[in-house]
Amino acid sequence: MKEELIVSGRMNQLVDPHLHIWHWQISIYLFLGGMAAGILAIAALYYIRGREKDYSTAVRITPFLAPLLLIIGLVALFIDLRHKLFFWQLYTNIKLQSPMSWGAWTLMVITPVSFIWCALHIRDIYPRWDWKFSWLKETEVFFNKYKMVLAWVMLIYAIILGIYTGILLSAFNARPLWNTSILGPLFLASGLSAGAAATLLLSKDKAERKQFARIDLVLIGIELFLIIHMFMGFLAGAQVQIEAVNMFLGGEYTMSFWIFVVMLGMILPAVLEIMELKKFHIPVIVPAVLVIIGSLALRFIIVYAGQVSRWLY
Amino acid sequence: MRYAMAVDTRKCVGCSDCVVACQTENKVPIGFCRDWVVEVMDGTYPQLEMEIRSERCNHCENAPCVRCCPTGASHFVEGGIVMVEHSQCIGCGACIASCPYDARYPHPDGYVDKCTFCEHRIKNGLTPACTAVCPTKCLYFGDLDDPNSDVSVVLKKRKYKTLIPEAGTSPQLYFLI
Repeated sequence: MKEELIVSGRMNQLVDPHLHIWHWQISIYLFLGGMAAGILAIAALYYIRGREKDYSTAVRITPFLAPLLLIIGLVALFIDLRHKLFFWQLYTNIKLQSPMSWGAWTLMVITPVSFIWCALHIRDIYPRWDWKFSWLKETEVFFNKYKMVLAWVMLIYAIILGIYTGILLSAFNARPLWNTSILGPLFLASGLSAGAAATLLLSKDKAERKQFARIDLVLIGIELFLIIHMFMGFLAGAQVQIEAVNMFLGGEYTMSFWIFVVMLGMILPAVLEIMELKKFHIPVIVPAVLVIIGSLALRFIIVYAGQVSRWLY
Repeated sequence: MRYAMAVDTRKCVGCSDCVVACQTENKVPIGFCRDWVVEVMDGTYPQLEMEIRSERCNHCENAPCVRCCPTGASHFVEGGIVMVEHSQCIGCGACIASCPYDARYPHPDGYVDKCTFCEHRIKNGLTPACTAVCPTKCLYFGDLDDPNSDVSVVLKKRKYKTLIPEAGTSPQLYFLI
């Protein structure tokens, strides 16, 4: 039997709650950033492949959500900072070893790009839009000329952003639950599926909705595969990793993870989408909202559970 | 130069003088600490074994906090000491999440704070406040590259361990056992 007492300092109630350093702000940001990355990646991909006409909602309309999501996410990140007035230090340093530095610079690129993309499609929402100033019109002409380049930049940076939301956590070997590189692709897949769900919600075109229901199905399959893979890796790992994964296999996060993330966020929407594709009449809002809730729940549970998992000594 | 500290777990009585000395020396805000004392009890009564450790930042050679800091606020100074530059720290908390020893805390003024090995004292040839004040003299501080320093001498004579070396951090806080 081993009993550990902390006789001084740490006995103080004010200290240990602070070790749980990341709260809702980070979870919300990881979700919004991932969803924006998914929306932008899908839009850029279909534009590059010349399918703009077939999937016009995904290319022209859904991206209008992305700047909004990114801005709310950035505000959440800013709220999380404790030394707020020094935030500009992120942009006077490039630290290749720090995922957060990568993320800050990626956001610096993808946020303006998402605004430009929306500006180029503003007439799809307001057909009589006028830029008023001639230099704005010239800027639009310029970016329209190089729209393909813009789409490539958007695709690449959206994928980096999607992966980064996971890598941000997996770089911490002090938190064994986060310390798996599968979190990168898992969060990317989850962000893409939330992005596809957004188009599913907004699209009025039947063929497009069908296509995005299919995309969501494939992504849910990939996510399930990655989750199983992650758990297998943990179970075959060191003691701290086994303890970390046991939080989901009988431990305190079992119910919330399997109910909200796997059942409500993946299996149920997948079943509903299959039924929809088999011509049952399902209101499309149900699976789409479930996927988005599942994606949000995944971020919350991983962020909170990760901070519980630790090395014991 | 490679600064390190050795803690004699057999001599320490857990009086917490090191904690109070540090809080006073470094004006640590009330409710926080840069060092703390852990008491580990092993066995079943009456066969008990006890280990008392005065713990603090391990000033790791492969420090995850320095690696993940997005602004370079967490950095190494001469002698391998891990320091936080207050005017560069944005308080994002990445270093707090990255430390397997939970040695950092967010200072109420916004930046992240932790043990500095009392860099301001050792520059002037003094030992860290915790070491200087320890009534049982169970803390040894010095330069590992100097074979005659307190810490080098005691590490040559005694068996020791470090905390979770398997976390890959190469910690520089040695516990004599």
